[in-house]
Formats: sequence, C-alpha cells, structure tokens
Amino acid sequence: MLVDSPPQPRDGTSPAPPAPTVKRRTVRAAGLFVSVGALALVAVASIAIGAKPMAPGDVWHGLFHASGTADDVLIHDVRVPRTLLGLLVGAALGLAGAVMQALTRNPLAEPGILGVNAGAAAAVVSAISFLGVNSLTGYVWFAFLGAGVVSAAVYLLGGSRAATPVRLALAGTAASAALYGYINAVQLTDSAALNQLRFWQVGSLAAADMTTVRKVAPFILVGLVVALLLARPLNAMALGDDTARALGTRLTRTRIASMVVVTLLCGAATAACGPIVFIGLMVPHIVRAITGPDLRWILPYAAVLSPVLLLGSDVVGRVVTRPAELQVGIVTALIGGPVFIRLVRRKRMAQL
Amino acid sequence: MAVVGGLAAVALAAGVVLIGTGDFTIAPGDVVSSLLGSGTPAQDFIINELRLPRVLVALLVGASLGISGALFQSISRNPLGSPDVIGFGQGSSVGALTVIVFFHGGAVAVSLGALIGGLATGLAVYLLAWKKGVHGYRLVLVGIGAAAMLTAGIHYLLTKSTLVDATRAMVWLTGSLDGRDWAQVWPLLALFAVLLPVVLAYGRPLRMLEMGDDAAYALGVPVQRTRTVLMLAAVLLNASATAAAGPISFVALTAPQLARRLTRATGPNVIASACMGATLLVVADWGAQRLFGESTLPVGVLTGMVGGVYLLWLLVTERRAGRI
Repeated sequence: MLVDSPPQPRDGTSPAPPAPTVKRRTVRAAGLFVSVGALALVAVASIAIGAKPMAPGDVWHGLFHASGTADDVLIHDVRVPRTLLGLLVGAALGLAGAVMQALTRNPLAEPGILGVNAGAAAAVVSAISFLGVNSLTGYVWFAFLGAGVVSAAVYLLGGSRAATPVRLALAGTAASAALYGYINAVQLTDSAALNQLRFWQVGSLAAADMTTVRKVAPFILVGLVVALLLARPLNAMALGDDTARALGTRLTRTRIASMVVVTLLCGAATAACGPIVFIGLMVPHIVRAITGPDLRWILPYAAVLSPVLLLGSDVVGRVVTRPAELQVGIVTALIGGPVFIRLVRRKRMAQL
Repeated sequence: MAVVGGLAAVALAAGVVLIGTGDFTIAPGDVVSSLLGSGTPAQDFIINELRLPRVLVALLVGASLGISGALFQSISRNPLGSPDVIGFGQGSSVGALTVIVFFHGGAVAVSLGALIGGLATGLAVYLLAWKKGVHGYRLVLVGIGAAAMLTAGIHYLLTKSTLVDATRAMVWLTGSLDGRDWAQVWPLLALFAVLLPVVLAYGRPLRMLEMGDDAAYALGVPVQRTRTVLMLAAVLLNASATAAAGPISFVALTAPQLARRLTRATGPNVIASACMGATLLVVADWGAQRLFGESTLPVGVLTGMVGGVYLLWLLVTERRAGRI
C-alpha cells in the first residue's frame, strides 16, 4: 500500500507539493479507490462479526428483510449504529488530526496535546458530578462545549493571529495539565463520578445507539465538508505566512475555520465514545507517507483510512477476548503504537 | 548564581513553613530551633518523625523532577520533551496500577512496581528511538507513541478494578506526599547523591550538545556517550521520584522553563531547575494542605492546576513582550 514517492522537500519551510506527474496522480487516485474498498470491507465485517457469531444469511436477513427476530434486532439496534458511529468518529478523528498538524505545522499536534480531549473530559466530569447528568446522550453537549471552549482558549492564548507551532503546543499542554488537575480533584472527591468516567475515558463504541449517531452526525458531516474545503488554503500556509498571504490566502480566516473544524470533529467524536487519541495522531502520518505533503490528497485519504483503522480495531476487540470485549481505545493504542513507532524509526519523518 | 542561591533559600524557607503546618501549628522559629537540636521533646517528635520526612521527600522529588525535566528537554532540544510527555510517568503508573489492581500490594510494592514500570519504559523508548544514535525528534515521537499505549493501559486497568481499588489508584495517579516517611527519604537521598555529581560532570558536554551534534563533535564532545549517560540519569531520577510520590504532573515540564527565564541563561540550567522543582513542590504541598479548608488535596492536583494556569499566564505575558 505504501507507494514509492519522489523525494519531497524536507526542510519545513518549503514543502511545496511538486507538480504531480500524471502517473503519480493516477497512483494516488487508485490508492484512494483501494482505501474506499477497504473501508467497505471493514464496515461489512463490523456488522457481521461480534460477540455472537452469526451466519452471513442471518446478517443479510437482519439488514434487508428484518422481521423482528432476536438476530435482526441485534443487527439493527446494536451493530449497525455501532458501525455507523465508528465510521463517523474515525473520519472525524483522522481529519481533525490532519488539520491540526497542518495548521500548527507540528507533527505532534493532535487533540490530546492541544487540550481538546481534556476540555471535553472536564466538561463531562462537571456534568456528571455537579449536574447529575448520567446518560451518554447527555454527555454529548457538555463534551462539545468543553472541546469548543478549550480549543478557542488554546488558540487565543497560544497567540491567535501570530500563533507559532511551539506556542500553540505549549498552550495546549498547559490547558491539559490544568484541566486534568481539575478532573482528578473532582474524581477524588466524588467516587460516583469516578465510577462513570473511568468507563467513558477508555474510549469505546460499545454503547453506540442510533440516538448518539443522530446527535453527532450533523456536526461531523459539516466538519468533514469544511475540512476538505480548507485543503487549499492550508496548503498555501505550509509555504509560510508571507508566501501564503502573497498567494491571496486569508490567514486569520483559515486559522479560525480550522479551529472550528477541529472543535466540531473532536468534540462530537470525544463526546460519543470517549477520548480515542491515537488515530488523530497516527493516521495523518501514515497517509503522508503515501501521498506526500499535499493536503488535497492527505485529507480525503485520512477521512477514509481513519475509520478503516477504528472499525478494524473495534472488530478485533470484539473477537480477541470473546465473550468479553476489549474497548476500541485500547485496541487502537495496541495496534497503532507499534505501527507509529515503526514509522518514526523507518525513515525521517516528513516535516510539515 | 544569585538566582540559584535565592531559589535554594526559598525552597528551604518553604520547607520550614511546611514543617510548621498541620493540625498542630508550629512557628517557623521553633521549627528551626528543633531542627538544630534544641526544641522541646513534643515538638521534636512531631517535626523529626512526622513532618520532616515528608518535606524532605518533597524537596528531593521536586529536585529530581526538575533535573530530569531539564536533562530531557536539553537532550531532545524540545520544550515538550519532558518525561511526562514521552511516557515515563505513564510507564510508572502502569507498573503501580498493575500492583494495585492485580496484586493488591502495599505501599512498598506499589513503589517497586512504579520504579520497574518507569525504568522498563525508559529503556524501551530509548532502544526504540535508537538508530545510529538517538535524536531529538525521534525520541519525542517514539515517546509519544509509548505514552499513548501506556495511557490506554492505565484506563484499561481502571476499568478492570473494583471501585475501591480504582479510588486508591486515582489517589496514586494524582501524585501525593501523604504519609511519606524516612523509608522514602533514604533511597531518594542515596540515588541523588550518586547521580547529581554525574549530571554535573556532564554539564559542559550537554551545553555543547545544545548547539547541535555536528558542532559538538567538532568541539570534541563524545555525543552518544553524553546522551546515554544523561538519559539514564534522567530516567532513574524520574522513576525514583515517581515511585516515591506518584506521577506528579508538570514539575518536570515547568521547572526548567521557569529556571531558564529566571536565570536568563541558555542551556540546561541543572542546578537552577533542581531548586525550582523543589520550591514548586514544597509550595504546592503547603497550598494543597492549607488552601482548601478542611479537605486537604493530594499535591499533584495543585501542581497540575497551578502549573497549567501559570504556563498559560506566561504565554500571554511573553507574547506581549514579543519573546516567544
């Protein structure tokens, strides 16, 4: 799957995509096509495979000729929503990571480092502990609020118009630390909150239902579209602020739009299934190795391959410890960790 | 130098105040006279047996974290290359939580688990980042990968535990100095006495290293050996500090940066970072005991919150001054 690419400029100041040859463009388009195929396969596997083994005929029956048998209900009420949520959340996390890394020109940027997960978690723990919210659909709005407030705050504190990569990352780290201090304090004094939050914090698709899917889908879809529209201005910004300005890119507008996108995507994803940090960090790195630094390719690839990874991990988690299941956040970390480390080791990381 | 002396004085003064703090308040003057061996028997008991060890643990843990952070940030040439970011704190936590959740071990066993977890993580990250030498960005990236895996492990262990164990694990995970006694002081002190001279001996090569590997080579610095020895020292200091008090967040990350700003010196600033770390932790422990009325919090809660807010404030003022 990893396509040999011509050498890219590595010095960070001029990662201008070289004018792609026709051949290269064909290869990348074919790769994207293959990725979509992989996504379809994984989605089918996610519906067909689970704690309860099911014959393909029964799955088909449950999907298209549902007559209310126990298996049909299982397919309809559990596995389909879970798969849909996995698709949405996976795409959201991958895109958010890719946009963040492009925006901050920082290869380590991801929701965890910039404090967005911490913001969502802090809002959720407040909701559980002080407002008595205890349903997953109740978390959504609070996590969303927390993620939004924190990413805006980090952006402003990080320097808004003149944000540099280091300053943004420092602001995010600082915000995370302060928020986790607060979360720990609340959890320590309120064991009921601890009891709920420790399950949410792992990152899992197990509690998915159609209500959650319907609540987060609009946010993620809007985020998806805007993120794809941002590819061109973010590409220009990779050339440096002055060059981008000369090329007619509106820097402030692009930055603000990027932060809004990240908030939408991360807030919704985190609210729905807890913080799953590895995908946003890892997938863009893998994708960059395939496509090179052009965001017009990175973003669609990330949107397709991230759910492949997330759903694949979820399926693996359902199978390996049957009848119990391993939460997807753990599986993505266990699968993603070594891949990521191998990528870091294999060659010099493409600079941003 | 003046700054370092000042910081050391502040750390010690804060220590004296902290010793006087508690259910039975003792004036700073009485604390000093007791420490010098001329106090009343009742005060001597409270001070020497109960409170002095805790304060010493605070000073040593703070100093260890400060040094460890300074070394890591220097070696990785990255302000985020601090032990808590690149997975060592998480490694210690997994070790300690394994002991708590699966073996229901006592305090010593938990410390041992943390030490083993921290060292194993340090070794693994270092070996994984090794490729004809260890370089800054690869080290940070490998560490981030390890940290993400280990964090998942922590959350998993929390879901596997009973609520009682989970609560105990949370207290440990937050970082606390409650109930620390001489049994924690001696190992810390011994390790510190061995490692500090080593670290100081390598101060000059490290300073050269900050100019870049090539420049350091040209100046005759044994680049890989310097890095290996200092990494090992930093890992040991961080793991022992974590074993003694839990993963206290933010001290290793902030102390070197604050020290750098105060001394206005470039380079690793090892001693200044040590004094700054010690000061931060002692003051935070005092605050955690005093600021919240009846309920005393674990010190890690305070270092996390105050450290985070302080760094944010720093970012704002530095921006106005146009320095970052």
